[in-house]
Amino acid sequence: MDFISILSIFVLACFVGYYVVWSVTPALHTPLMAVTNAISSVIIVGALIAAAAGGLGAAGATSKWLGLLAVVLASVNIFGGFAVTARMLAMYKKKVR
Amino acid sequence: MESLAQNPWAALAYLIAGVCFILALRGLSSPTSSQRGNRFGMIGMTIAVVTTLVVHAPKLAGAPDAAVEHGFDIDWLAAGEILAAIGIGAAIGIVTARRIAMTAMPQLVAAFHSLVGLAAVLVAAAAFLNPLAFGIADMVHPLIGEPFLAIHQVSRIEMGLGVAIGAITFSGSVIAFLKLNGNMGGKPIMLPGRHVINLAVLVGILGLIAYFTQDQSPWIFWTITGLSFAIGFLLIIPIGGADMPVVVSMLNSYSGWAAAAMGFTLHNSAMIITGALVGSSGAILSYIMCRAMNRSFISVIAGGFGGDAGGGAGGEAKEQRPWKRGSAEDAAFLMSQADQVIIVPGYGMAVSQAQHVLREMADKLKEEGVRVKYAIHPVAGRMPGHMNVLLAEANVPYDEVFELEDINSEFAQTDVAFIIGANDVVNPAAKTDKSSPIYGMPVFDVNKAKTVLFIKRSMGGVGYAGVDNDVFYQDNTMMLLADAKKMVEEIVKALG
Repeated sequence: MDFISILSIFVLACFVGYYVVWSVTPALHTPLMAVTNAISSVIIVGALIAAAAGGLGAAGATSKWLGLLAVVLASVNIFGGFAVTARMLAMYKKKVR
Repeated sequence: MESLAQNPWAALAYLIAGVCFILALRGLSSPTSSQRGNRFGMIGMTIAVVTTLVVHAPKLAGAPDAAVEHGFDIDWLAAGEILAAIGIGAAIGIVTARRIAMTAMPQLVAAFHSLVGLAAVLVAAAAFLNPLAFGIADMVHPLIGEPFLAIHQVSRIEMGLGVAIGAITFSGSVIAFLKLNGNMGGKPIMLPGRHVINLAVLVGILGLIAYFTQDQSPWIFWTITGLSFAIGFLLIIPIGGADMPVVVSMLNSYSGWAAAAMGFTLHNSAMIITGALVGSSGAILSYIMCRAMNRSFISVIAGGFGGDAGGGAGGEAKEQRPWKRGSAEDAAFLMSQADQVIIVPGYGMAVSQAQHVLREMADKLKEEGVRVKYAIHPVAGRMPGHMNVLLAEANVPYDEVFELEDINSEFAQTDVAFIIGANDVVNPAAKTDKSSPIYGMPVFDVNKAKTVLFIKRSMGGVGYAGVDNDVFYQDNTMMLLADAKKMVEEIVKALG
């Protein structure tokens, strides 16, 4: 992909984000923060690439370990973020009539 | 090595993951669809992770061609390390998510933000050290001298921005965590000349990123990283505890932009879409919070406002005016005789963990035929939606909980406004007193209710803004001076 196509995805996604987030009910703003936090850990993709790459010399080895550490951190966030969001959302109940 | 985007199937999978993340946020438009939304999020993340694991499986170096052709060159030891890393993270994450108290949600979110920030820094550093693995560098063979690896110039900007935003997110979130968790005082810490220092550091970071395109020496990369850690720290320490909803939202936004910047580096659509979603989400939440306080984003970021709520740090009320003190029995009697009671919770309710007993009180009142509603101000608590989560935890049905603009007109027809742990959000000075620091902030018109019951620890503290509140001294106000939870417990007892 060239830079312009990536930029296009980015700009359009910003607009999608703008409209989707405004439609989120204020009562769910805390779960919104928790779930956005979980999905921003998609940065794990970069961490996995770094952890899997064979490297040249010392820099390659360092890169691999940095990647593995980033995988741990991002996983904490992914599992923790989705789990805590699920826990919160399960608490929202309608009035029993 | 081929870059991710060159495999069309992988690119398609990442796109689907991105769409799942959009649907995850879309689900949050109502509590009924929200759990489905969260599952979409999990599906999207699974797709992104599995795709990456398959396309970028660790390979054994120097395997015979036949093995490579049939996919038998996978380095299972390295693959095991990666799966172990995921497992460790998963265990920590799930245990934390299960154990955390709902009142501690703001600090948990801040802690999670710091992890995204640090992960972004580590990924950027790994990409800088091993650019070939990320497909962002070419071998250059100059006429004179040794051939060397040159990182693409665009990638250097993206990487520089990614590491800078990641580092700011990390150190900023750590400070926010320490303030929210009470390890660090909520009062703003003001350094002399901080605006000049901050501006200089920011300009320095941007200048270095520009210079980085011309010279890929390691010292530049690491200096950018170091300066960014410093600025994240400097930016958050002067911001007071009560402004934390804005800070937490802002850091949420930054963690998104960091992911987007790394997505540009990796040409990965899932990361770019997610980054844009999270970035705009945090930005919109910051905007909503600022609007609800009638303060500009710049003035919040400039800091210096808002120590801890109710701490008495804002100074004593200057004039001594008469006020009425009530007992739990009085409060119980007044509310049981009412047609409608509106409860206005604030940070004080979270501090004393009064949400469960508050719901018990509401149940008793409902048994007596009283209509009970809850009114939530957008900045009540320490993060957006904080009060809603606590009430949901206490099994308060969400259709009894109302936003400011939906319920404010009802106070005039309400018998009792019950204020628990809130102060500035019910201060009429925001409407009448132009010299007040909270002037212009939208507030609840509790003074229009027939009776106001105001739970407060003492008459000393006057809210984080340090403004006296006329509601205390109204003829129809009864002050209930006690810890919020104890007072409500006594009211429940009195209701019998």
